[in-house]
Amino acid sequence: MTERLAAVLPYSDARQQHEAARMGMWIFLATELMLFGGLFMGIVVYRVLYSEAVAEASSHLDMWLGGLNTAVLLTSSLTMAFAVACAREGRAGPCTRNLLLTAALGTLFLGIKGYEYWKEYHEGLMPGIGPPFPIETPPAELFFNLYFAATGLHALHLTCGIGAVLGFSWLVGRRRLRLPARESYVEGLGLYWHLVDVIWVFLYPVLYLV
Amino acid sequence: MAIRTIYLLVYVALLILLALTMATAQLQLGIWNPVLNLSIATLKAGLIAWFFMHLEESSGLVRIFAIAAIVWTSGLFIGGLIDWLTRPWAG
Repeated sequence: MTERLAAVLPYSDARQQHEAARMGMWIFLATELMLFGGLFMGIVVYRVLYSEAVAEASSHLDMWLGGLNTAVLLTSSLTMAFAVACAREGRAGPCTRNLLLTAALGTLFLGIKGYEYWKEYHEGLMPGIGPPFPIETPPAELFFNLYFAATGLHALHLTCGIGAVLGFSWLVGRRRLRLPARESYVEGLGLYWHLVDVIWVFLYPVLYLV
Repeated sequence: MAIRTIYLLVYVALLILLALTMATAQLQLGIWNPVLNLSIATLKAGLIAWFFMHLEESSGLVRIFAIAAIVWTSGLFIGGLIDWLTRPWAG
């Protein structure tokens, strides 16, 4: 068993401190899930009320780009899991590399998302700006508002995640964050990143695969 | 089995599930389309949570907090859908 940070009050031992760190992180993830839950509920109610309008609006979304983005984010979760494994083994170099790879894949996701937004802007699907909305039925426009709100909020979370991952890769690379003593920090960051991935795993079928 | 092997196997399973959900979306299955998509998404989320998010090796306390997140979020959906799906003119 690799060494962990020596226990300080109020913890009784290092194992309990680690467990408390995980528990606290999961509480935060629960609040994040509920934040997105509200948006998901809006989408669900729309599908119940206006199923044809939502289906038609959803057909304007590119499911292949969305699928590619899903694969990109799943790969970034893999590299993040590898980064945590390296952190536990105390290997700072590989950990840094995996963290940088994770950030790069997250940025790739944002790039593809940005391209999608650019396309949708030119088709008039963005609320408030650009060409007029192409679909006749009003609920379709509301679906697209929800689409931009949900994916925009997700992109914001992803951007913050990328910033945090880059910060950690600098700290680990400079040996400022001692591994494996402080590996629970990297683990907590991993939990956040995986949640952002899980949220997209649900956003994709709910928005793109109607 | 080494931890990295497990992670790679989970990753391959996730990609297969993604391909599956994209493929079945091409078929017209009526009500079963969203049911299938959401089931596959739940399976993917479960794999990510169990292996990538270390629930496999976490104590019961941590697992309960993860389950609580789902329970409280689903309260919103259950309560809302009880209303919306039982209205005579919708759902």
